[in-house]
Amino acid sequence: MSIIKVNKLSKIYDGAEIPVRAVDGVDLAFEQGEFTAVVGPSGSGKTTFLNAVGGLDRPTSGEVIIDDVDIWQLSGRKLIDFRLHNIGFVFQAYNLIPVMTAKENVEFIMELQGRSKEERFDRTKSLLEAVGLGERLNSRPNKLSGGQQQRVAVARALASKPKFILADEPTANLDSKSTETLLDIMETLNKEENITFIFSTHDARVMKKARRIVTMEDGKILSDERK
Amino acid sequence: MIVSLAWRNVWRSKLRSAVIILATILGICAGIFSAAFYKGMTDSRIEKAIMNELSHVQIHNPEFINSNEIHDYISNADELKRKISLLPSVAGVSNRYVIYSMVSSAETGAGVKILGIDPEAEKQTTRLYTQLLEGDYFKEKRKNQVLIGHKLADKLKVKLNSKVVITLLDVDNNITYGAFRVVGIYKTANSGFDESNIFVRKSDLSKLINLPPDVCHEIAVLAQKNDEVEGIKSKIEEIVPNLKVMSWLELSPEVRYMAEAMDLMMYIFIGIILLALLFGIVNTMLMVVLERTKEIGMLMAVGMNKQKIFLMILLETVFLSLTGGVIGVALGALISKHFETTPIDLSSWMEGLSGMGFDTLIYTSVEWPILINVTIMVLITGVISALYPAYKALQNDPSEALRTE
Repeated sequence: MSIIKVNKLSKIYDGAEIPVRAVDGVDLAFEQGEFTAVVGPSGSGKTTFLNAVGGLDRPTSGEVIIDDVDIWQLSGRKLIDFRLHNIGFVFQAYNLIPVMTAKENVEFIMELQGRSKEERFDRTKSLLEAVGLGERLNSRPNKLSGGQQQRVAVARALASKPKFILADEPTANLDSKSTETLLDIMETLNKEENITFIFSTHDARVMKKARRIVTMEDGKILSDERK
Repeated sequence: MIVSLAWRNVWRSKLRSAVIILATILGICAGIFSAAFYKGMTDSRIEKAIMNELSHVQIHNPEFINSNEIHDYISNADELKRKISLLPSVAGVSNRYVIYSMVSSAETGAGVKILGIDPEAEKQTTRLYTQLLEGDYFKEKRKNQVLIGHKLADKLKVKLNSKVVITLLDVDNNITYGAFRVVGIYKTANSGFDESNIFVRKSDLSKLINLPPDVCHEIAVLAQKNDEVEGIKSKIEEIVPNLKVMSWLELSPEVRYMAEAMDLMMYIFIGIILLALLFGIVNTMLMVVLERTKEIGMLMAVGMNKQKIFLMILLETVFLSLTGGVIGVALGALISKHFETTPIDLSSWMEGLSGMGFDTLIYTSVEWPILINVTIMVLITGVISALYPAYKALQNDPSEALRTE
């Protein structure tokens, strides 16, 4: 059963001379537990597509239906709330809050959700242990390597118990070893806990791990392959 | 956690926050000290006006207030004085003759207010006896003694033991006069008062003006404490319903207006300081918001709603302002406390200050209300300063903000 349905999704930017079709009439569906890489060259529309699916960038037309909710029909406030409870984000540049420890970065999302202190504490601890950072709970981002920061970001994305995780070029800033570790962790989470991951990437290592590869070019789906 | 996050964010750029906090400390400290200084000046002026010139409450024949005529007197004055003396919280009562007339020396003359007093009773209501520059506060067994202010002595070109002639109308409107010897020259903080008031014994004046016995023009009452004045006034009004009872606030409204104007001026002064700081804080917070565009975008993306982002920026700004504000208030209060007991000597500006009735030794006066009000003003400044930067932060589109470097 699809948890995300994308119907005729288009995003057109006003270019200097002609409008730019960053995403051009995309139809796509994602099932629970998929481990999908959206690939394509720079400018192919991967990030714009993910932003539209994640409720960050309003499409020009089309719809994104998540669990029967057309998210772009929601009001601004409801959309933010929807993101908080349903979507986990992992960004290329980690985007952790530098004045907070690893633990606080993860816990913060749950506090926004209004979860109890005990639940926050337990879940933060188990998530950071799951990403191999059980010993670095109280480290601030500047004391962690890029790979460790991205693992904290994954734990943060999982903290809200989202329906799926969108990861925009999550390995772009990481070395091989960190990339390998991060991918292993995400793959384990996907397999063991049936968490849905959707990546945008042009990293071959990610593509190798992905069980579904959606290739985009000029805003259109060029291919959609399942391994 | 938003509170904790906001507080930590304040210290993210330590130097930048330190600069704005230091500016706030200096501004608020200066504001508090200035307020304490001017409050001290005003309090001193009020105290001097009460203790040297007015007392707390004065009672007159209602006609006398407008006419200042010799025959508009208070009858049965001694009995009234006795009754008022018995009231609780009354520290002293003095009956006076008050006559507006002329005093002349061999050189020149001047219009003055002649106060006929009982020297011992007067000691209970004013501190004239402590203000003598030269001579004595009336000598025993000598008739026709006069105390004059140093300004009037200079004007009349008289010294101690010089003779002056007081010319006045008696109760029957006949011109009369008496020669008085200067036994004391006083100097209060108010040179205007010193130039226009002379003090003689009531008994000496009585012989010149032929007033009936047991009358006076003015009954001066000193309360034990300033805050008891209104209570005493009400009780006196019950005793003398037909007479005009006035507190020092009514007798010398200009002193009250001065105190009120000084208060207002201080708040305007502190308001100007805060306005200048407001621009600094807004500028700092705009830089903060600009620098953290990506982070704010991330927060929006992961589900932090606009109210919470607004609250975070608001708290950051308030923390930034209040940190400097509270330290500034505390430092200003400490400095002002020090000068509550160690006076600031402004004798270089003696002429100007005493011309307005101010003492040249200023003891600062710092009170809780101004400290609390200034802290609230700083808080309000923080809130106002947060509005535009927070608005700018909320304008961010998460997908665009996340793309910024």
